[in-house]
Amino acid sequence: MSVKSLRQTVQGLLPSLTPVRFVAEDGTPAKPPTGYTEPPADQLRAAYRHMVLGRRFDTQATALTKQGRLAVYPSSRGQDACQVGAVLALRPTDWLFPTYRDSVALVTRGIDPLEVLTLLRGDWHCGYDPAATRTAPQCTPLATQVLHATGMAESLRRKGEDGVAMALVGDGATSEGDFHEALNFAAVFRAPVIFFVQNNKYAISVPLARQTAAPALAYKGIGYGVRSEQVDGNDLAAVLAVLTAAVEHARAGHGPFLVEAHTYRMDAHTNADDATRYRDDEEVERWSAADPLNRLEAYLRARGVLTDEDVAAVREQAETMAAELRAGMNAESVLDPLELFDHVYAEPTPQLREQRALLASELAEATEPTEPTESTGSVGSTTPQTQEG
Amino acid sequence: MAKVTMAQALNTALCDALREDERVLVFGEDVGPLGGVFRITDGLTRDFGEQRCFDTPLAEAGIVGLAVGMAMGGFRPVVEMQFDAFAYPAFEQIASHVAKLRNRTRGRLTLPMVIRVPYAGGIGGVEHHCDSSEAYYAHTPGLKVVTPATAEDAYWLLRDAVADPDPVVFLEPKKLYWSREDTDLERRGALPFGRAAIRREGRDATVVAYGPSVPVALAAAEAAATEGIQLEVVDLRTVVPFDDETVSASVRRTGRCVVVQEAQGFAGVGAEIAARVQERCFHSLAAPVLRVSGFDIPYPPPKLEHAHLPGVDRILDAVDRLQLDDEPDTRHLLKGAVA
Ligand SMILES: Cc1ncc(C[n+]2csc(CCOP(=O)(O)OP(=O)(O)O)c2C)c(N)n1
Ligand SMILES: [Mg+2]
Repeated sequence: MSVKSLRQTVQGLLPSLTPVRFVAEDGTPAKPPTGYTEPPADQLRAAYRHMVLGRRFDTQATALTKQGRLAVYPSSRGQDACQVGAVLALRPTDWLFPTYRDSVALVTRGIDPLEVLTLLRGDWHCGYDPAATRTAPQCTPLATQVLHATGMAESLRRKGEDGVAMALVGDGATSEGDFHEALNFAAVFRAPVIFFVQNNKYAISVPLARQTAAPALAYKGIGYGVRSEQVDGNDLAAVLAVLTAAVEHARAGHGPFLVEAHTYRMDAHTNADDATRYRDDEEVERWSAADPLNRLEAYLRARGVLTDEDVAAVREQAETMAAELRAGMNAESVLDPLELFDHVYAEPTPQLREQRALLASELAEATEPTEPTESTGSVGSTTPQTQEG
Repeated sequence: MAKVTMAQALNTALCDALREDERVLVFGEDVGPLGGVFRITDGLTRDFGEQRCFDTPLAEAGIVGLAVGMAMGGFRPVVEMQFDAFAYPAFEQIASHVAKLRNRTRGRLTLPMVIRVPYAGGIGGVEHHCDSSEAYYAHTPGLKVVTPATAEDAYWLLRDAVADPDPVVFLEPKKLYWSREDTDLERRGALPFGRAAIRREGRDATVVAYGPSVPVALAAAEAAATEGIQLEVVDLRTVVPFDDETVSASVRRTGRCVVVQEAQGFAGVGAEIAARVQERCFHSLAAPVLRVSGFDIPYPPPKLEHAHLPGVDRILDAVDRLQLDDEPDTRHLLKGAVA
């Protein structure tokens, strides 16, 4: 390779020096970035609606957790533009591989909010149908899902389908081996996968500076030959523009794409975490000023594409959704403990059959006085407990 | 009938699986043009192309994690871990995802995939090449765990594993790769997946073994027979699912049981088998269930592995401790009266 083409290759992989941005913090237009087109106004309006709904979902889930209705909730408040932008950049037929943090992305995908919360409510490990929604179960073991997304993308490529897979991953998880293995595999196989890093500055308590010495996480792509970009993660227009370009790149057969979004986790890691032990209020306030939802709203209003009535209508939809969610969560879930044996294997082993019968008789005994013939019991709502992801 | 090695049987199984089902893919480290370090995938890339059998970068978690995604995407991956101890980087993927995805999603996503692992010792390998890692997998619900002891079983169990709707960890006893036997792989003689085989009948005691220990158990039975002791040898074939029925029925017939495993003994599969046998066959037992195993040490260097591996003598010593000379069964009842 000549020096000239080598330089071109390297520069083609490297991210912009500063994060791509269309809208400044105060909602005024930023100096337009080169190489990306701002999404059209109707897309931004649709995104605004999803962000309002997503934000309401998030605050409702936090409130439900305080009431003991959820075992734990990792909030993505502050990362709303990333949650919504990621999903809107995908087609419904593309695959999404989310983490525990990405409940708002699932709601944006159209998954029933109650089914999104099945996991955190403690009813089952995944409440929605991943095959039907093309959305993998929310993943807790850090970065492991990045490999699954790569495998899925590789299978789409081999089948000649033009779908892509997107893995959502946190800043801390980029230190895990699976993240690096996935980037490398994807690049070697030219798998149509998008790695979307939401750099919210913390891995529980550990700040980014203790996670990496790289100038930005987006630079992790070049070592693997993965094209990379960094974006202002609180600017929906920028997130959507860059991810749309990344998805197009992958869909067109040019291989994987890494996008780092600079954003901030406004709440603690989960409700069980005390963020005051590792960051000060001043920092949180500074990021409040960069709130992605306010920013988009101000921008759209200034452009004259969002009216008071529009805003009121969206907020009403959000309240309706929240009320439905509360009602759904207040209804006790009906669970069958015997289902615990049903999905371990396609066919239960003889040992599992024995154990199922044992539990059935235990349950029958426990419920005998009131329900003499019922062998299936039901457990009540989850008890509040503290735990971290 | 032709003489077939276990390695050939495995190779033929992969070949036939690739031919019969285009969703089957074989990948791993050096499995392509080289044919794998044990040549189990020899010729597959040549015959089926790079699309069906290919090399991956070096990263075991990556290989298994990729397989998870590809199985979700409709393929049936058969991946190779180069050696037992080199599967450990993949353990998180195996324990947290491979084993659990069906359950997490209530059966909506399943992982029909096979993780092949050249396994256990007896070949003079240096450290990290001879681990008996079956207990880690067998202890993980959601995985099936297989270890063949014959070429015929190697073929059919691998075919069954590839066709299975659930993930299978397929442990291939390295030291048996080159053992030959007369078999016709085109006619199924093998038992169904999940059934243990009685490799030799005998009335005096049951020896339960699996994988690399089966030939040793059979040799011990041969030696015992010269002294008039008839050992029945049960080959588990699949550690998970575990065939309680066959094992218990045998022990009820013989009244005595020795469990043989090459792995270190503590908290091993043999301990599980011994517990299950005494739970189920207590009244048929005339002696405690004994375990014969490797020692609780890291796998020894090549020149010392002979001291570690359970051989015929260690099995015969255990048989000696089965109180075969004592009055059977009624002795403990008389004890009080005599005293
Ligand atoms: C393999 C693994 N190690 C540790 C944990 C515990 N844990 C859960 S979340 C978390 C921090 C992850 O931080 P980051 O990747 O930045 O994602 P964020 O939570 O900020 O979205 C840790 C350490 C885990 N889930 N998985
Ligand atoms: Mg983080």
